[in-house]
Amino acid sequence: MGKQAFDEIMGTPGDTTARPELAALGHWIEETPDAELRRRQEAAETTFRQLGITFAVYGENEAAERIIPFDIVPRVFLHDEWTRLSEGLVQRVEAINAFLNDIYGERRILKEGILPEDLVLGNAQFRPEIAGIRPPHGVWAHICGIDLVRTGPDDFFVLEDNARTPSGVSYMLENREAMLRLCPELFREFRVAAVDSYPDLLLETMKSVAPHGTGSNPTCVLLTPGHYNSAYYEHSFLADSMGIELVEAADLVVDDDIVWMRTIAGRVKVDVIYRRIDDDYLDPLVFRPDSALGVPGLIAAYAAGNVAIMNAPGNGIADDKAIYSYMPDIVKFYSGGECKLRNVETWRCREPQALKYVLDNLEDVVVKLVDGSGGYGMLVGPTASKQEIEDFRAALIAEPHRYIAQPTLALSTVPTMADGGLSPRHVDFRPFVLSGSKGVQVVPGGLTRVALKEGSLVVNSSQGGGTKDSFVLMKDQSQRMGAGGMTQTMGGMSQTLGTMLPSAGADT
Amino acid sequence: MRLSIDHHTIYRFTQPQGRLVQMLRLTPENTHDQTVASWRIDVDCDARLRPGRDGFGNAVTMLYAEGPVDGIEITVKGEVLTSHSDGVLRGVHETLPPALFLRATEATAHDAAIAEFAADAVVGARDRIGALHRLNRALHQQFVFDAGRPEPGLTAGAAFRKDSATPRDMAQMFAVAARSLGAPARYVSGYHHTDFEVVHFPTPHGWAEAHVDGLGWVGFDPCTGMSPEEHYVRVAMALDAAGAAPVAGSRLGEGGEELDVDVVVQRED
Repeated sequence: MGKQAFDEIMGTPGDTTARPELAALGHWIEETPDAELRRRQEAAETTFRQLGITFAVYGENEAAERIIPFDIVPRVFLHDEWTRLSEGLVQRVEAINAFLNDIYGERRILKEGILPEDLVLGNAQFRPEIAGIRPPHGVWAHICGIDLVRTGPDDFFVLEDNARTPSGVSYMLENREAMLRLCPELFREFRVAAVDSYPDLLLETMKSVAPHGTGSNPTCVLLTPGHYNSAYYEHSFLADSMGIELVEAADLVVDDDIVWMRTIAGRVKVDVIYRRIDDDYLDPLVFRPDSALGVPGLIAAYAAGNVAIMNAPGNGIADDKAIYSYMPDIVKFYSGGECKLRNVETWRCREPQALKYVLDNLEDVVVKLVDGSGGYGMLVGPTASKQEIEDFRAALIAEPHRYIAQPTLALSTVPTMADGGLSPRHVDFRPFVLSGSKGVQVVPGGLTRVALKEGSLVVNSSQGGGTKDSFVLMKDQSQRMGAGGMTQTMGGMSQTLGTMLPSAGADT
Repeated sequence: MRLSIDHHTIYRFTQPQGRLVQMLRLTPENTHDQTVASWRIDVDCDARLRPGRDGFGNAVTMLYAEGPVDGIEITVKGEVLTSHSDGVLRGVHETLPPALFLRATEATAHDAAIAEFAADAVVGARDRIGALHRLNRALHQQFVFDAGRPEPGLTAGAAFRKDSATPRDMAQMFAVAARSLGAPARYVSGYHHTDFEVVHFPTPHGWAEAHVDGLGWVGFDPCTGMSPEEHYVRVAMALDAAGAAPVAGSRLGEGGEELDVDVVVQRED
């Protein structure tokens, strides 16, 4: 917006040189001709297109699928910045797990009046069908994709806690793959934490939550709605990388409260299911009876403690937009300390005073549907037309409870290739946080989305957003990688270039 | 009162099925005024039965049968001792707070016509319990009793626009109406005995419960305009009839199915 934004590479507004820690990146940007940057960017996009990493835009009639544009200039987190951010993420995800354990169990948080009872019990995302079930090891939110924005070096704000089936991790992996191939000099200049161990960490997480008594080598599967799903590439890519079966509902049967996978060699007992289908479609006996995507009896097997489902059914209550504004209280309640990661200030339009403020300031705020996603049903006041503002005013007056509003923040920018050369563009960030039976860990990287339109704050790929690689610098930057150091090692796993073809899914 | 229940559910398939998975809510539990003396579920084919519990706390039985199956008969037989309760439910372990039952579902969506009917029905009531009894009687008077099998998928709102109603539809309308008055309400499935001789019912019975502060959950049966008493056996409850369904089933195979249900409730003393 018109406000002066923090640039993650160039630093505070007005600076003409890069932040001191990123001087080398500043030189790289300056010295690499635009034409060369464009050539590399096109090479990356050609690869993505060949791999079929495309997505369909809702509301567009033409069947043509698009690739999400890729920008060649990475965004970079300094080691200390990342450490502090990670602490906040771990605290937040631990609280989300504790909240879900409580809300489907004792409901202490309601009894103590921290949350209004009707906000939870009357919320469609609170699923009574699974009340009383405790998932194996008490882990609910195995994979969280916490959406953040940034306004300064250490100023992060959470936009959304995606605790259901967050997608986009394949972009994190594939963007890194492209950067290693196309800009190897950057990895000589900086020691960048590797992200390629993600599939191994994910598999480790899956195995760690297998039901007690499963044995040392539990059977894990990835359950996909099928190849028509816009994130199917990500599903198949992750299953491949982990070396586990990619299954559809028809491949699974429940017998005697145990989940079995049909294979040519006969039935194999399934211990852990990473499902990429929504709760509604999981089990037609418990949720939507017309669902053909689900596995009849799955919830009974789950309730009997014979299978782990990740993420756990019922998680939607934790990342619901109506609950979001209470997250700082929720974190405080379960962690006993102050919430390290801030929320964006949020006006709940169900509250008359908040509604009045929002109606008086529509030109300055962002208005969102409580149950919307993907940038749909959203008003960005400062860039909206008069007509759009008046339409939202009418909608707000008619159904205030369906909306929340937030101030427009001076979102950080990162230099991005535009028509006239490199130019700052606003970004957001989705790090991936894994919760297993041994604790919570943050993968050092994530998905950076960039609003390619000048001044735009909307990063959704369906609304003209692109992606970038996200570098997390390692602690010791003095030992840089050698010229041949294109194998990255982390968590005991290594990846050598050119051996893996990553694919992508759609963003939510 | 000693009540005996004989409940047969028969599915016949036009083509053999590869597998059946069913969730049965067919097991009553003890309450302060209801003691299950004997109860058994039998199936006429090679099936595995596993006991469990759903999110509402109902006892469920999972049924798993491997095909080929061209039909299945589920037989439920039992005896239950009941006592006078004034319609008030006591001695049940509740897993969810009353406020949850203010929630609407697809079949029990908020309906302006039902809400208006409810508001009219309770004019003059002195308190919540009085209002709910008025509502119960008003619904009873409004509809001709339909003894047939309920129409699949009929919502409370659509049922309200008809002249006659089945027990299921009456109970779902009661739930919508009570919730519109701010009273948590839910659907209950079970059995009831009528004073006639042997009667064959085409389905188990359905009625409603509403929550009243100070009293707890109170039963209301709009089919009679009264509260359920000792001639009722309570089995399962949920936000609507589908959630408390005696049989939720899934089958793997082509073709259609025919369903035949026969329920007989007799008084033994």
